[in-house]
Amino acid sequence: MTNAQPTPITTPPKGKPKLGGMARKEERSFYLFILPWIIGFLLFDAGAIIASFGISFTNWSALSAPAYVGTLNYSRLIADSVFYKAMGNSLYYGLGSVGLGTIVSFLLALLLNQNVWGMSLFRTIFYLPSVVSGIAVAILWIMILHQDFGLINSFLAWFGIKGPGWLVQPQWAMPSLILMSLWSAGGSMVIYLAGLQSVPTHLYEAAEIDGADTFQKFWTVTVPMMSPVILYNLIVGFIASIQGFVTVYVMTNGGPANATLVYGLYIYRTAFINFQMGYASALAWVLLVVIILITVVQFIVARYWVYYEGDLKS
Amino acid sequence: MQTSVVYPKRQLGIRGRAVAGKVITYALLLLLSISFVLPFLWMVSTSLKLSQDVFTYPPSFFPNSFEWTNYPRGWRVLPFNTFLINSLIVTLANVAGNILSCSLVAFGFARLNGRGRNILFLLLLATLMIPREVTIIPRFLMFSAAGLTNTLWPLVLPAWFGYAFFIFLLRQFFMGIPLDLDHAARIDGANNWQILTQVILPLSQPALASVAIFAFIGNWSNLLDPLIYLRSTELYTLALGLNLFRGQNFTQFNLLMAVSIITLIPVLLMFFFSQKLFVQGVSLTGMGGR
Repeated sequence: MTNAQPTPITTPPKGKPKLGGMARKEERSFYLFILPWIIGFLLFDAGAIIASFGISFTNWSALSAPAYVGTLNYSRLIADSVFYKAMGNSLYYGLGSVGLGTIVSFLLALLLNQNVWGMSLFRTIFYLPSVVSGIAVAILWIMILHQDFGLINSFLAWFGIKGPGWLVQPQWAMPSLILMSLWSAGGSMVIYLAGLQSVPTHLYEAAEIDGADTFQKFWTVTVPMMSPVILYNLIVGFIASIQGFVTVYVMTNGGPANATLVYGLYIYRTAFINFQMGYASALAWVLLVVIILITVVQFIVARYWVYYEGDLKS
Repeated sequence: MQTSVVYPKRQLGIRGRAVAGKVITYALLLLLSISFVLPFLWMVSTSLKLSQDVFTYPPSFFPNSFEWTNYPRGWRVLPFNTFLINSLIVTLANVAGNILSCSLVAFGFARLNGRGRNILFLLLLATLMIPREVTIIPRFLMFSAAGLTNTLWPLVLPAWFGYAFFIFLLRQFFMGIPLDLDHAARIDGANNWQILTQVILPLSQPALASVAIFAFIGNWSNLLDPLIYLRSTELYTLALGLNLFRGQNFTQFNLLMAVSIITLIPVLLMFFFSQKLFVQGVSLTGMGGR
């Protein structure tokens, strides 16, 4: 475990002031070195986003030529009940998995931060599941959540409880996927643990002198000091969870009764199963706008609970 | 007299609470560890069972017999050797492309000045926020227009143009290397390329290893891009092959688990041999790998 602090995202130290000619030469080298990314950015990011916006005003099957249809895709979207369902599902999943995931990973980090014996073994155990992702894990969880032969229901059967059909009953399917996402909580746990270990001990000592007990120390020192890290994880986690769909694709393919049809899966089906590139692009653009809005709201709300060191406001 | 009774009692109370706290901590850790490990054990156990033992009620946690042949049997159901080779090609080409392109770009951002550098760097970070769904359709249409769908190229090419997360990670690391080393090399007549390859990169092995590991794992388990671009079975990667296997043999969970475990082995090995690098990558950027 290194205690390396993340280097702040500021400009690198500028070298001593240079002559115009030297500076221009350096500037040329700068652009030469970052050229691969510039090309990739123009081609795969900026270009793609602009193209996607253009495509959203067309009817395009990718096999024939695109036909301009104006805002037809957007008016279709407003009347599309599956669109609302999919957006609702993604928000449900995002709130559930990020909310519970934050609590679980923070709890794990707190437990590991108490100088426990065997800390690195425990850390490995909690971290490992977040590293193995993808289809193999999805298949494993189909098995674990199986109604009759699964791990969870056989565990419940010990206590005489007949577990539900986790993935086949509409009301249980999404909670099952959220439960499964908690298995990867170790990823953010490592980030929180690094943050906890860099909280200066003198703050705790000062709180102790003031007579604070464990819970007061937690709420007045740990939480404020960790709040920027938590905010960062909330934003990134939410963006990742609202667009993820591969696990859902493998486990339920959106079923039962569209209960797990998340937004990404709806876009995938529209674009690559039904080949409606125009409508899929309109759906994608709405997602982009929603993500930007949610991120902005998170930053605004953050003013009230995130504490930055060096900030003079209370 | 009252005080002399109360005082040791309180002291004992505090110590008692500390002990109770430790006990609760370890109890929680143990309980949580078991629930985090159990799925893995269940996976191994299922992979070793006979087909009929997978579907017994109530299910037994331990296999009645250890059917090691499930592994070669599962592997032979589909051309998994071909899938393995495709996965290795795609993954290694991504690792190589990411290391090369991201080192160059990170060096530019960390060591060279130019107009617009800060704005470009913010743009770079902003690309991390773009949902994949927005770019995936134009990308597909682009590769389709270039006649590259149903080849491995769309899975490999983007890595050679940098990836924001890795550029950020490497740039943070490069900036921790003292500038004096650059100056010394420059006095000796080194140009930027030589400074990067002979001064910076040899000192950045932990960061490069982090990038290599994250790139390996991310591409190894990538299902979305193969799903979109590959049609011919002989081009399938392991993840896509496993998806095909799942669709065809949904009831043979023992074989399915066996093949799943095989596909996880490289990731598990990498994790156990380089856990430090994972944690380092995380603490360097404050971000996870994906």
